[in-house]
Amino acid sequence: MEVPQPRLPDTTFEALSLPLLDQLYNFAHWLTQDRAEAEDLVQETYAKALRGFSSFQLGTNFRAWMFRILRNSFLSSKSGLKVTVSIEEEELAPDAARENSTPESLLLEQANRETVRAALAQLPVHLREILLLCEVEEMSYQEIAQALSIPIGTVMSRLFRARQALRGQLTEKSIGARHGV
Amino acid sequence: MACETWSEKLDLYLDGELSQSDAPALSAHLRTCGDCASRVLEKLQLKRSIATAGKQYEASPEFRKKITNSIGKESRSPQAGWLWKLLVVPAVLVVILSLGVQFFVRRENARRMLVYSELADLHVAALASANPVDVISSDRHTVKPWFQGKIPFSFNLPELQGTDFTLVGGRLAYLGQTPGAQLIYQLRKHEISVFIFQDRGGEAAALPSGTTRALSFTEENWIENGLHYFVIGDVGGADIEALSKLLRGAG
Repeated sequence: MEVPQPRLPDTTFEALSLPLLDQLYNFAHWLTQDRAEAEDLVQETYAKALRGFSSFQLGTNFRAWMFRILRNSFLSSKSGLKVTVSIEEEELAPDAARENSTPESLLLEQANRETVRAALAQLPVHLREILLLCEVEEMSYQEIAQALSIPIGTVMSRLFRARQALRGQLTEKSIGARHGV
Repeated sequence: MACETWSEKLDLYLDGELSQSDAPALSAHLRTCGDCASRVLEKLQLKRSIATAGKQYEASPEFRKKITNSIGKESRSPQAGWLWKLLVVPAVLVVILSLGVQFFVRRENARRMLVYSELADLHVAALASANPVDVISSDRHTVKPWFQGKIPFSFNLPELQGTDFTLVGGRLAYLGQTPGAQLIYQLRKHEISVFIFQDRGGEAAALPSGTTRALSFTEENWIENGLHYFVIGDVGGADIEALSKLLRGAG
């Protein structure tokens, strides 16, 4: 039997969504790597969210819901369509703890903010976004699963890969830097 | 051995996702295992540098304004306005209705008090008068006929033998430009007035049946056979009730 959901007053949407603007914008900019595109994406997200707000169920995670709308909008955008191809390939079983042998502390000595930023930017979008949701937004695995529409198991394996890939990027940069000197 | 089992869980630990049963055990392990402890530290550093580097972009003030405006405009769309009314209209109606009821109740109370005061005035005025009664008699068979021709109705008076009440006499009274009978009874030196008017739905009818006590008078009234009876005096409710009962029995 259908149980009617309590409809939220429109002012609630404003109160809930506006504090997320910077977070959403930051995420959008990381996805699109372009200010104008990021702004369009965020605007589209707000418009869609406002229209769909009546279907948003009280008690579920509003932030994850907003990020999910933003990400889905991104995936169907022009620059998003280019990146979707690579996502399918990595959904294999996580290959155990084959960690990079380079001690991370050594990497991080040189890895200042700019280096990490560059390394993040070079990651494939699906690895970049999960790192951002986990480390920058400090979302729980549950929230990430909601935002990305993937099972929690995939959240864990993808996070593992993303960290590994970032470490790889940092190692390259570190070696490159050392050779460069 | 222990390190191998834990190494897979270090990320979970740092992400705050390790189960509550595992977390204390891993904490204990980290205190004794330098290897794992340094790996946790490195992972933590990486997490922190991603967090710092990841907070890179901010919405410009113009863009923030644009979003705020677009939400505000949509929120105040006709549909939203309609919903707003849906909530406000019943609320306003409820307020108006309750004010109306309150006003009505107050007006009724005021009318009631007006009739009550008038009867109390008649009662006090009669007692203060040099001639409290026009017909002085303790005999109901004398008092009742005296009213004939003076008021447009007739009534019966109770037999008082065996009670503490005595009939003092009667006089004409007017309430709302209507003539009626005022009978004065005595009970232990207290005077009680009994007013009898025709029930014509006028001023007298505004006083609902029942007992009222105010200004140290007790009043009881009822309607019987088209006559509105009022019993008022400075005695207790029980005495007023006793006299009312006698009158009702006589009617």
